Amino acid sequence: MMGLLRQLRNSISRATDKLFSGSKPKRIGIYGPPNAGKTTLANRIVRDWTGDVIGTESHIPHETRRARRKENIEIERNGKIVTIDVVDTPGVTTKIDYREFMEFGLSKEDAIRRSREATEGVAEAMHWLREDIDGVIYVLDSTQDPFTQVNTMLIGIIESRKLPVLIFANKIDLKKANPTLIKQSFPQHETVPLSALDGENMDEVYDKIANYFG
Amino acid sequence: MIKMQELTQKNGIKIDLVSGQKMDELTTMEKIRMILDGVRAGKIVILETGLSPEEESKLIEVTMGEINPDDFIGIEIETHSPSSSGNSTFLNKLMGRKSHSKLTVIGPANQIETLHKDEKLITALISQN
Repeated sequence: MMGLLRQLRNSISRATDKLFSGSKPKRIGIYGPPNAGKTTLANRIVRDWTGDVIGTESHIPHETRRARRKENIEIERNGKIVTIDVVDTPGVTTKIDYREFMEFGLSKEDAIRRSREATEGVAEAMHWLREDIDGVIYVLDSTQDPFTQVNTMLIGIIESRKLPVLIFANKIDLKKANPTLIKQSFPQHETVPLSALDGENMDEVYDKIANYFG
Repeated sequence: MIKMQELTQKNGIKIDLVSGQKMDELTTMEKIRMILDGVRAGKIVILETGLSPEEESKLIEVTMGEINPDDFIGIEIETHSPSSSGNSTFLNKLMGRKSHSKLTVIGPANQIETLHKDEKLITALISQN
């Protein structure tokens, strides 16, 4: 009975929050280099709070070639509801060589098509960042060197737009993971270690999302 | 101030050194065009003062539009900024200004490879096509 009452109170509180807040949910872009685990994270967030998914995960780079938005994700933290739109974006790079896709077993034709779509996807991601994003979750693979030009450039672009940014050091389930190196590389920003695949440290992830983007 | 030069060598690698003064005279799209035309012609372009974050964002976007199989696979870009090397001028520090000056090296992705990068040193391998 008490549980039912609490649920009812939460529902009413949610509805009134929406009615009177007068503000649209913030669009939070999930950015980062290819294969950092952006879609795995986006799926984890969307699945945890809506039961749905946002995109297909793959170990082949540039699986996500279109920005995808999932609206009205309601994240509950400490009795408060934070509503955000999650935008999963294609991995950003300055080069795309279709021959790299052939190493994953794709035919030349499929690799060329994937490369063409990937170039469009990167351009689209940059456009979203300039025009339509209110905050950024920057995802990095903790097993890789974070001090790359693409990361430095993108963080610089995000900073110049004065967007709130959280850095997520992903893949801490892997032996080679070194989230400390990511923290040291971008000391000006909050870094959260996690495994989007295993769901490790997701409580802290949601706490930070609520604090930064709520 | 570095003067714009072009070092041409038969069977060698051409390098454009672009001064900050030259960059100041150009619009964003003129800068991007100059960089991509140079890189697509197989040159290494070195900018004395680099690009703003907004211009870098546009450079990525335009580069993506120009990639095509077997012809152009994109660019490799490396920068060294005063903020990362602790090289800000006295006046900028005094005025609390951030200098946008950052040495930037851009080349064809199939010819330039970064071998090492840290806050004070970049080592790159430049090969002929």
